[in-house]
Amino acid sequence: MTQFTEQLPVQSEVAPDMVVAERVMKQFGSNTVLKNISLTVKRGEVMCLVGPSGSGKSTFLRLINHLEKLNAGRLLVDGEFVGYRERDGKLYEQKPRDAAVQRREIGMVFQRFNLFPHMTALENIIEAPIRVKNQPRKEAIARAKVLLERVGLAEKAKAYPGHLSGGQQQRVAIARALAMDPKLMLFDEPTSALDPELVGEVLDVMKALAKSGMTMIVVTHEMGFAREVADSLVFMDGGVVVETGDPREVLANPQHERTQAFLSKVL
Amino acid sequence: MASAGHTDRAAQATVPPGGGDDAPLIRAIPLRHPWRNTFAVIVLLLFAGFLYDAFFLRTEYHWDQFGKYLFDARVSQAAMNTLIITVLSMVSAIVLGVILAVMRLSPNPVFKSISWVYLWVFRGTPVYVQLVFWGLLFTLYKSFRVGLPFQTPWVDIPFSFSIDVFWLAVIGLALNEASYMAEIVRAGILSVDRGQEEAATALGMSWSQTMRRIVIPQSMRIIIPPTGNEVISMLKTTSLVIAVPYSFELYGRTRDIAVSIFDPIPLLLVACAWYLLFTSILMIGQHFLEKRFARGLTMTDMTKPDVVEPQSKADHE
Repeated sequence: MTQFTEQLPVQSEVAPDMVVAERVMKQFGSNTVLKNISLTVKRGEVMCLVGPSGSGKSTFLRLINHLEKLNAGRLLVDGEFVGYRERDGKLYEQKPRDAAVQRREIGMVFQRFNLFPHMTALENIIEAPIRVKNQPRKEAIARAKVLLERVGLAEKAKAYPGHLSGGQQQRVAIARALAMDPKLMLFDEPTSALDPELVGEVLDVMKALAKSGMTMIVVTHEMGFAREVADSLVFMDGGVVVETGDPREVLANPQHERTQAFLSKVL
Repeated sequence: MASAGHTDRAAQATVPPGGGDDAPLIRAIPLRHPWRNTFAVIVLLLFAGFLYDAFFLRTEYHWDQFGKYLFDARVSQAAMNTLIITVLSMVSAIVLGVILAVMRLSPNPVFKSISWVYLWVFRGTPVYVQLVFWGLLFTLYKSFRVGLPFQTPWVDIPFSFSIDVFWLAVIGLALNEASYMAEIVRAGILSVDRGQEEAATALGMSWSQTMRRIVIPQSMRIIIPPTGNEVISMLKTTSLVIAVPYSFELYGRTRDIAVSIFDPIPLLLVACAWYLLFTSILMIGQHFLEKRFARGLTMTDMTKPDVVEPQSKADHE
């Protein structure tokens, strides 16, 4: 039902990797939630982050989208530093306005949807394109309708989030993120707050999106999705990357005992 | 609705799932409340006695005077003034209160401090005292000067004009009320789920856009009920502007009339009648505003509707 036929722009020069994390560290007070995280996400790659709760997966996503600041290491999105500017070998704190410019191109989908409850599905989708990208209202509405159709909710344009099921809300949230034409999509446990029978409809939309060539980082507990869709799987525990590799191999034959212990519980 | 698969045998065994006749409605004898009724009768009797006494026995009420002055042109004009002062000072207080609340919550430490000090001063001193101060504004500040300290000022314009006491009263009430409104608005803003701000930020919206478009509209539902109370409270607080001194509002005017006819009680009743009329209207208005801002939030349970149909067939297998 869901098809993303849009092609992403072809890069003429050698384009940098979408996300490069080098020895990233994040602390909340004295609590170190991420230690020495080094990861690379290539263009068009779908990476699944799995691991027990509290392992730092969501924090890593939030770092990429500037919702938190990293304390050590380097984090680049599409070749640009996140949170800081490097000039003459010195790091300068980034202005909120510059952070906002970078964020526009990173779509984020939250566990609890975070749709704006006082706006209809359509208004949710057109809000940022109109306010942030100064897109003309008509254009934004036309585009929102196309996106709603792609997530299978064309007839729900005028519904308020409170009148939609969880799965429908999450699909609207995905359409809202796509309306900004992101080059990278972050999914923070997109199906964890859903009733079991609603998970499939959201995963279907995500699968179609992955097929269209979108670069995606997905924090999830859906191992079936990881096996079927992801190009790489990263297992995190206690703020470190324990194991990474091809999802089918890691899931079938985990090398590290912590991975084995975790997978034996969730599979 | 009964599904086709159920046989008659199943129906006989127990109540079939989702089928069978509806059970008869319960017709029980309602509980009696003898003490409640007794108490109501006693209260009504006492109240009737009070009214009888007030209307027929206690001549000091001077009901004829009440009737004469209730629609007196001076009184209704004063009631109008009260209303105008209330509206003007309340509107300014809401605008200023929103600004102060947003400043208080902003990431900018300078804004935060300014807002904190403002609240500290204006909530920490009585409104009556503040009104007296505003009355003395031009005794304190006699001219407008621009220059360096301890030097002859470059510009020195004496205040040849003075602001009408009416406006001083409005300013005094508004600035005081703004500090209370700021706290109400702040509570409203804090009541909005943090995920809302995050979602807006993640979409690239600036902090002020997030506030204006996402957070403040949602906080209205929390802000409106206490704001309604503040409007009602403000209507009554206008009776203090005699401190400025401005005396052409309802209480000041009726008191002046009372003094001139040496009969205070009927005019107090006149003032009360007008205040009650206005507050009653305000309460009705508040009711409709609350309804308006509950839009989209009336069904907060998000997962219930529209959920079950696609799977229901599989469930019966």
